[in-house]
Amino acid sequence: MKLKIAALALFSALSLSAQAQTEIQWWHSMDGALNDWVNDLAKQFNGSQSAYKVVPTYKGEYDQSMAAGIAAYRAGNAPDILQVFEVGTATMMYSKGAIKPVAEVMKDGGAKFDPKIFIPAVAGYYTAPNGQMMSFPFNSSTTVFYYNKDAFKAAGVDPEKAPTTWPEVVSIAAKLKASGNKCPFTTSWMTWAQLESFSTWHNVTYASKNNGFGGLDARLEFNSPLHVRHFENLGNMSKQGLFVYRGRASKAVNSFTTGECAMFVGSSGSYASIKRDSKFAFAESTLPYYPDVPGAPQNTIIGGASLWVMSGKPADHYKGIAAFFSFLSDPKVQAANHQRTGYLPITMAAYEMTEKSGFYKQNPGADVAVNQMIKKTTDKSRGVRLGNMVQIRAILDEETEQIWIGKKTAKEALDDAVKRGNEQLAKFQAANK
Amino acid sequence: MEKRVLFRATWLPYLLLAPQLVIVGVFFFWPAGQALIQSLQQQDAFGNSVTWVGLENFQALWNDASYVESFKTTMLFAVLVTSLGLSIALVLAVFADRIVKGAAFYKTVLILPYAVAPVVSGILWAFMFSSSIGVVTYGLRQIGFEWNHLLNGQHAMALIVMAAVWKQISYNFLFFLAGLQSIPKSLIEAAAIDGARPWRRFWTIQFPLLSPTAFFLLVVNMVYAFFDTFAIVDATTKGGPGKETSILVYRVYFDGFKGMDFGGSAAQSVVLMAIVIGLTVIQFRYVEKKVQY
Repeated sequence: MKLKIAALALFSALSLSAQAQTEIQWWHSMDGALNDWVNDLAKQFNGSQSAYKVVPTYKGEYDQSMAAGIAAYRAGNAPDILQVFEVGTATMMYSKGAIKPVAEVMKDGGAKFDPKIFIPAVAGYYTAPNGQMMSFPFNSSTTVFYYNKDAFKAAGVDPEKAPTTWPEVVSIAAKLKASGNKCPFTTSWMTWAQLESFSTWHNVTYASKNNGFGGLDARLEFNSPLHVRHFENLGNMSKQGLFVYRGRASKAVNSFTTGECAMFVGSSGSYASIKRDSKFAFAESTLPYYPDVPGAPQNTIIGGASLWVMSGKPADHYKGIAAFFSFLSDPKVQAANHQRTGYLPITMAAYEMTEKSGFYKQNPGADVAVNQMIKKTTDKSRGVRLGNMVQIRAILDEETEQIWIGKKTAKEALDDAVKRGNEQLAKFQAANK
Repeated sequence: MEKRVLFRATWLPYLLLAPQLVIVGVFFFWPAGQALIQSLQQQDAFGNSVTWVGLENFQALWNDASYVESFKTTMLFAVLVTSLGLSIALVLAVFADRIVKGAAFYKTVLILPYAVAPVVSGILWAFMFSSSIGVVTYGLRQIGFEWNHLLNGQHAMALIVMAAVWKQISYNFLFFLAGLQSIPKSLIEAAAIDGARPWRRFWTIQFPLLSPTAFFLLVVNMVYAFFDTFAIVDATTKGGPGKETSILVYRVYFDGFKGMDFGGSAAQSVVLMAIVIGLTVIQFRYVEKKVQY
């Protein structure tokens, strides 16, 4: 009996001390090694102070965790922090009252916050037209070019010189094919890499109203002569067996790591897994561009996710979140994140710190993504912020596949995608009036 | 000479029915009603701005040429899944019924796929047929057949049909086997004595006596093909290439749970509901007449 009472007392004492700590629920989509990273960040923060406890929970892939967060909000049970991928940005931003802008959270929480410390192309993506930062940039990647050095050597191409323009890619692809290579070039993320990033890289618009940054009435413009030219080029490469289509989203990355495809456009975030899984020498380089286009290359577009703060929480939660975000903004934490995960450094200070440490000298190519991003952005290259982006990307996958099948010309496919995509934009505009 | 048991109390039947009614109400009629309401609304993802739009969501579907196209895709898919699923399961059940040695093992193995979730089935098949690392793709390439479901619509359709059928065969098999075993042995023996060969015995005795089972399975398989297969499509083709394998229920799932367009998704599920109700009515009206109980 005594033992029981003692146990009870101990238990209540423990739960009391637990209650004194404010718990902050953080739903995210980081699995595998990245899950360990997120848990380590929470542990590090929780150990640095005693008032708040950040509790990270894995809620499935990006679309699943976003759906889970929205369902929880509808049920009145939202987490404090929700990690949302870049295509969900417009949905979160235009949601009335569901979220609390990060700038406001930091101000209310009494934390020092200077949005200027972030890399412009990253911060701009998550900033409202009035200059208010809406969400906290967390893990950002971008599209880069990878090539198999061994395959280049086998085809008699200089493996130390990466192709920087599309004409060069085509001529190397032809040499690779002549040497017996079955898949000279492939790309993952047809929409993100070959349309969204392609547009900002060439400083041409993807949609009107500065790619949607200017308001909900933006409409798609990715059927311009340059876009059509690019997809005609890819279509021709496909016909000649120089480009092999390997599926939607990130499916194609396997074709590169197995050594099947020699040149590959994909996420800079794939660097670590390619390095781990591939059995050949490879290098990372900047995205190819068309040299006759004025203003190219500009900057590429970011992918990845940011952290959104949900509304309607008690004030002490917001204080805790502000403290956590201040911790995450620390250059040391940022630089460690960048070097550990391969995601972009989110602040300039973190980039400079990493450079000084000699990290890029030891890991050549790790700075390719950064160099593509640290330029000053233009109105056309800041990013893409459109509603129903998930559907628009699916429409583009469907329509561009018609080019590789040979059912539609590049122009027909892009025109149809613009038409169908604009219906989605009109719908989103009507639903978010 | 009918014998009937009469319950005098009027509340008793209702009481006995109550649990079932509650389950049907909560899990079927309530969600269906919600879908009906949402199909007339347009709302943002968080449900903070909801407007009544009447039949606009349905109008948008009607005007979408690709939506009408996916009706054809869905019908083709449903017919293939149902006919292949039923006929393969029937053949397997007939053989399992005749087998003497190792029958338990054989049956267990055949029933196993039923325990696999649709999405897992989809992933398994996608792996085997993957264009760069698939085992089957590799084998096919060795015999000179280039498999590419990423760009060939027929290959893609074949892939989702195989995954959907494979998963459903166990279920059909169980029912067919039970049906076969409930046929009195004396009937078959009598036919055998009269000199009927196995094939003839099957067509004139077993198959007609199986017709109630077959009819039940027809309805269930249709509903399965229409409603339960989105996970398979999601894990294998995602509706591609183009929209070649974009069946109706996959679009409901995609627009609702990935696209967060709840009004449009609800309108689609109402349409789907109407189709399946219509099909079931037709089946009960016309096909059931041919069934001998």
